[in-house]
Amino acid sequence: MTSITGVGVSPGRVIGPVLQMPPAVAEPAPGAGLPAGATAEGEANRLRAAAKTVQAALKDRAAGARKEAAEVLQATALMAADPMLLKSAVKLLEAGRGTERAIWEAAEQVAEQLKSLGGYMAERATDVLDVRARIVAELRGVPAPGIPASDVPFVLAAEDLAPADTATLDPAMVLALVTSGGGPQSHTAIIARSLGLPAVVAATGATGLAPGTEVFVDGAMGIVTPSPGEAERDLAAAYASREPLQPFDGTGMTADGHLVPLLSNVGGGADALAAAALGAEGVGLLRTEFCFLNRDAEPTIDEQVAAYKAVLDAFPAKKVVVRTLDAGADKPLPFLTDSTEPNPALGVRGYRTDLANPGVLERQLQAIATAAGQSQAEVWVMAPMIATAEEAGRFAGFCQAAGLETPGVMVEVPSAAVTAGSVLKRVDFASIGTNDLTQYTMAADRQLGPLAALNDPWQPAVLHLVKATVDGAASLQEAPKPVGVCGEAAADPALAVVLVGLGINSLSMSARSLAGVAAVLRSVPLERAQQLAALALGADTAAEARAAVRAELPLLETLGL
Amino acid sequence: MPERIATVASRVGLHARPAAIFAEAAGDQPVEVTIALEGAPADEAMDASSILSLMSLGAEHGSKVVLRAEGDGADAALDALVQVLETDHDAE
Repeated sequence: MTSITGVGVSPGRVIGPVLQMPPAVAEPAPGAGLPAGATAEGEANRLRAAAKTVQAALKDRAAGARKEAAEVLQATALMAADPMLLKSAVKLLEAGRGTERAIWEAAEQVAEQLKSLGGYMAERATDVLDVRARIVAELRGVPAPGIPASDVPFVLAAEDLAPADTATLDPAMVLALVTSGGGPQSHTAIIARSLGLPAVVAATGATGLAPGTEVFVDGAMGIVTPSPGEAERDLAAAYASREPLQPFDGTGMTADGHLVPLLSNVGGGADALAAAALGAEGVGLLRTEFCFLNRDAEPTIDEQVAAYKAVLDAFPAKKVVVRTLDAGADKPLPFLTDSTEPNPALGVRGYRTDLANPGVLERQLQAIATAAGQSQAEVWVMAPMIATAEEAGRFAGFCQAAGLETPGVMVEVPSAAVTAGSVLKRVDFASIGTNDLTQYTMAADRQLGPLAALNDPWQPAVLHLVKATVDGAASLQEAPKPVGVCGEAAADPALAVVLVGLGINSLSMSARSLAGVAAVLRSVPLERAQQLAALALGADTAAEARAAVRAELPLLETLGL
Repeated sequence: MPERIATVASRVGLHARPAAIFAEAAGDQPVEVTIALEGAPADEAMDASSILSLMSLGAEHGSKVVLRAEGDGADAALDALVQVLETDHDAE
């Protein structure tokens, strides 16, 4: 059988049998009544039998689970055949609803009731909805939803994973994730990286793999090979016996001592503490959306000060780059963005929201300045989605008015990369957001699975724009201004070497990637990194660039990265 | 109708594991048993074998609840269930 090619989003090489994640259970049609010939009494019996079957299956799983999981499963098993739940479903049946619809609505009511109680009870609402999906699947005679149960570790194949699936994903049983949908920013990719599981997304054909088929998964190269041969077994064995990564010691540099601060992307105080504990030399991207999301109105300045200060306090005397609010597109805010825009990614988002809703940005800068004044961190501020030198200049003016000394911009729009020299005359630094820069350079929505191959920061066009930004910064009469990278590109150790070779001054990534990037960077002298950068820039395709550079970095194999 | 008043001993209240243990025990009884918070009207009492009802009851540690049952074996059933409620299952 031929290999399936997708996009590797989390490195690692393993071999194991495939199990398919059943599709989510679809809601029964609202108008569905009793089928012809069925009686309410007969259907009530069918419903009770299905509930009992689901209960027995959950009890079986509880018997095989670890203590805490077992307790949750036992409680969930009781919910499956709960007398109150079944009684209200039977009432709906008697009122003329179809069987699936009756249990669907009855469980909905119970879940709403639990949600309204808040706290622990609200969390249990999810269990009720899980039980409901299982009962409906049983009534339809289709496999139960959720991650399949197994006695042996397996490779999980799915269309895509939802955040809720993480809770039931046992990293000791799942060897790797392979999805037909999704992209580098999909939930599957995020889950895989946080659990350290190899993963390949956008692998067309993944859902067609027969359950039980043995496959080889290469999460760095994005390859899934059914019926692996000796070569694949050797690769998997080498990965299994890889050298453990040393924790990051807090100084990012090349083999010849060229310093490249390794910073962390964070989204709140708890994140910041975790990043500091993992050795981050500061914060290269503080996503301030965390204190705005899920709100109907703008948070007060005092609320913002407290939220920002929690992050700044984790990095005394270290650099913290605060990005002003980046709302819009995939992060809508009811009080700031227009959800009816036909092209939100090209719409009023990021810095541009200040045009439609002036005031929010200036108040945020005031809050950042106040928090900075109360902390020991060295605070830099940057605006997202800057496209022109005028915008950069106007933002620098706002920063100055708020008393913030180091204004900068994110380079995500190709125009800002191409005109980096003009942009950087007006601000003190630039930080390249490779996720959006790739999306806009390739004109490919980063949330669309079918476009995942275009959304690859190894695309030579993206690397050329990184170089254009660095060249623009170096062209200034005064001292060159620093250019960093924040985005998934910085977390890929091979690409990190290329970025440093292109002249990037600092790299910011999710904290768990620090150790791998630091180890690989330290194995390469600066001149060698520059040669590898030239190799990548000269490649015709993203795949060629990646393969050529990886072939020159044998340490990646040794460390299983 | 025979009834008993019991005090919830579990530190987390009648949630989670204690609720599961109690619902299962109530389901094992030969008679139907209802549960209500002390002082609540008897016609608002809920099925004691329903874990979902128990969870929405909101009985905390130290709450007093009324158990009611009728028929053969009602008294024995109530006595058994009072004992379950007055045990701190978290301490086991």
